[in-house]
Amino acid sequence: MIEILDERKKQVLETGKESGGIACEKASLAGSVSQRACVFCGSRVVLYPIADALHLIHGPVGCAVYTWDIRGALSSGPELHRLSFTTDLREEEVIYGGEKKLYASLTELIETYRPKAAFVYATCIVGLIGDDVQAVCSRVAKEQSIPVIPVHSEGFKGTKKDGYKAACEALFRLIGKDDASPLPELGINILGDFNLAGETWIIKEYYRQMGIDVVSCMTGDGRVAQIGRSHRAALNVVQCSGSMTYLAKTMEDTYAIPFKRVSYFGIEDTADALYTVARHFNDPDVLRRTEELVRDEVNRIYPAVERFRQDLEGKRAAIYVGGSFKAFSLVKALRHLGIRTVVVGSQTGNREDYDYLKEICDEGTIIVDDANPLELSKFMIEKQADLLIGGVKERPIAYKMGVAFCDHNHERKVALAGFAGMLNFCREVHASIMSPVWRFSPAYHKRKKEADHERGESIAV
Amino acid sequence: MLLRHTPEEMADRSALTVNPAKTCQPVGAMYAALGIHKCLPHSHGSQGCCAYHRSALTRHYKEPVMATTSSFTEGASVFGGQANLVEAINNIFTIYTPDVVAVHTTCLSEVIGDDLTQIINKAQTDGKIPKGKRVIHANTPSFKGSHVTGFSSMTQSMVHYLSECTGKRIKQINIIPGFVEPSDMSEMKRIAEEMGIKYIMFPDTSGVVNGPLDGKFHMYPNGGATVEQIASAGDSMFTVAAGRTASQAAAKLLDTKCKVPFEMLDLPIGLRATDAFIDSLRKAAGVSVPESLMVERGQVVDVMTDMHQYFYRKKAALVGDPDHLVALTQFLTDLDMDVCFVVTGTPAGPKFERSIRKLAGDRPIVKYGPTADMFFFHQLVKNERPDLIFGNTYAKYIARDEDIPHIRMGFPIYDRVGHQYFPITGYRGALRLLERMLNALLDRQDRDAPEESFELVM
Repeated sequence: MIEILDERKKQVLETGKESGGIACEKASLAGSVSQRACVFCGSRVVLYPIADALHLIHGPVGCAVYTWDIRGALSSGPELHRLSFTTDLREEEVIYGGEKKLYASLTELIETYRPKAAFVYATCIVGLIGDDVQAVCSRVAKEQSIPVIPVHSEGFKGTKKDGYKAACEALFRLIGKDDASPLPELGINILGDFNLAGETWIIKEYYRQMGIDVVSCMTGDGRVAQIGRSHRAALNVVQCSGSMTYLAKTMEDTYAIPFKRVSYFGIEDTADALYTVARHFNDPDVLRRTEELVRDEVNRIYPAVERFRQDLEGKRAAIYVGGSFKAFSLVKALRHLGIRTVVVGSQTGNREDYDYLKEICDEGTIIVDDANPLELSKFMIEKQADLLIGGVKERPIAYKMGVAFCDHNHERKVALAGFAGMLNFCREVHASIMSPVWRFSPAYHKRKKEADHERGESIAV
Repeated sequence: MLLRHTPEEMADRSALTVNPAKTCQPVGAMYAALGIHKCLPHSHGSQGCCAYHRSALTRHYKEPVMATTSSFTEGASVFGGQANLVEAINNIFTIYTPDVVAVHTTCLSEVIGDDLTQIINKAQTDGKIPKGKRVIHANTPSFKGSHVTGFSSMTQSMVHYLSECTGKRIKQINIIPGFVEPSDMSEMKRIAEEMGIKYIMFPDTSGVVNGPLDGKFHMYPNGGATVEQIASAGDSMFTVAAGRTASQAAAKLLDTKCKVPFEMLDLPIGLRATDAFIDSLRKAAGVSVPESLMVERGQVVDVMTDMHQYFYRKKAALVGDPDHLVALTQFLTDLDMDVCFVVTGTPAGPKFERSIRKLAGDRPIVKYGPTADMFFFHQLVKNERPDLIFGNTYAKYIARDEDIPHIRMGFPIYDRVGHQYFPITGYRGALRLLERMLNALLDRQDRDAPEESFELVM
């Protein structure tokens, strides 16, 4: 029997066994080993890939250190985003205020690095000591003639999702600066792709082949100038809906740009995404090219996927990711490999997301919101997962249990988006599940015995 | 070149830190707390702090790192975190059943002004702390000190809360190992065992963050100093404390609280520092040094002698934590190397600089505290090219851009394994350091040697 705190019970359900919805969008229980992070974290990961902007973290040193070059968000040009800048607030500033230090730091940095814009992240104590970050930013913006934008990301002001919103608000202040430069007719903005391991480049190449121009990407391989003209695009294509839907809605209200929610993970979802965009423009040439592209790509990768499937058929996966939208795609992508999802959870899913998950998962799947490692490990044992898909904190837990792992978060080393990414994903999953190392884990022998036992029983019946 | 923006010309900076050479106190406190058996570290602050520290330690050790958080919200930061912490303590003991909860504060809870002693008392009187279980705390505001002082505060708080003096002395020695790797703690214990000394080590993360794979996820791995052990440290005869920044506070408190005298040593990195460590143990326990350790020592001296020509006047640039830097400076000068830069982001104070000067004279540029960061270190390197760089993983940007061999040392190391399992302390650790340094220097010599002087025997 899995022990779960009474307060947490409503945040877990098993498909087929329970009717009704899951409780979610709640603050984590005080005292839990939550895998979640804070507002600052949400803002930082969204804005981080803008490579020609300055990212100054206003607060004590830690927040800057822990977000220093941890996200493999690639840039094709400047790499200012990979350095770590902080006002490193000390006791004196906590008492007398940090505005002076912030002003001096900003001025010095802008004069040294000449960025195209600057983001100033307010951390927990900045909210408490009452620094007027906005005033300092306005003053420096005027003096240096670049946008200097405060990001209201005090950690305690909510969850990571509130951080996404603060980042969207900051981005929105960059939008609409450029009304002059010539733009193509069939132009889109890619929202919510962060160019981890070069994924944005894969997606952009698909759009290029379709005859669609990418006006801006927010924020993968991002540039301030592109964001400045993004309000003149014809369509916003939103991935990672948790982080960017808010911005898409704001742009719809302000600039009348429609938006579509898509996912670039897995075969169907990638194809769906491209067709969604093609249909939006309703241009026969674009449609034809999209059909060709999807057909060619699927034909190219399908035989390889099938080969992987032969080894992986019947395996069981647990998924624990930040945003639930990613979980949808993963459930479907795993199915192509013959892998059934037996546990699926997210840090920030909402009711609608979990209802959809319930729909697409097989009976007996455990769905969990804001899981802690103890729950996660117990569910994995109960459901005999062969694979865990998660982030940095989950990896060693899986390994200790003798379970394979695939990083679908910041630490992915290969692109997982698009058709090419599906192939990489298959290879990663295959490499880990089929690795001979598991034979040396005591868990392997235990499970093998149990599996043999089960098989024996079913034959007996 | 990732660091292409670093200018050679050095200008004074008053306000700004670029690429820090330290991190904040709480992560050190969390690491120290993992050195107590069946202890759950607890972060009293926003959720992000806890997630970041766990991620940092997980990346460094490639092990699960468990810790809980008070999950501060806007309400808590207005009305104080008492309700959150009391509820947290209740939940933690109900669901995770640790023996100890080790609470550390964050910048947020410090600025709000939460009084942890009072809150823990309240939890006690409200019956939220089950019988026989303990809650300890350390104040670790992120705007003071660094990860090393955070480690120090939590170690001191172990003495404050857990050490007891019954009045009956026990024939045992306390070893406070400092902010070092689990492998180093194991090595110090092995040396004490080799000498036949009964000892108490705290904190002791060996077995906790370098445990074996046994097919299960353990919330509380086997290692760590037990509450009983830390309690009995108050009855020990003597304390050997290694690394002033990380260990002095705890050793001093044991002295004032329980009258256990102590000797303050450098970390036992290198030959002479290990000599001092063993000598201190020997005197305190009244034993003699066994032949086995003398053989280990002799092997270190042997390699130092065999290869001394390769170390002669080689320039070393050091960035890291103060206790490591002092011991390393001694070892490198003993090898006749030229220690040219010593940089730490930790506000280590003038005592630190004096220690370095005593060992290396006026030659090195020494800088500590605010603006002693990787950017500054890089500028130094640009101005006078060293042959070797010692530093944590972040130093690799500089090593790559400047094409200088890099010895990984300190916290964090995100891109290599080994630090968890192989010590740099003790004679064995000295031997390993020698090997790594030689490999770096000789590989470089081989790479750069013209064909006619590419040597077989080195």
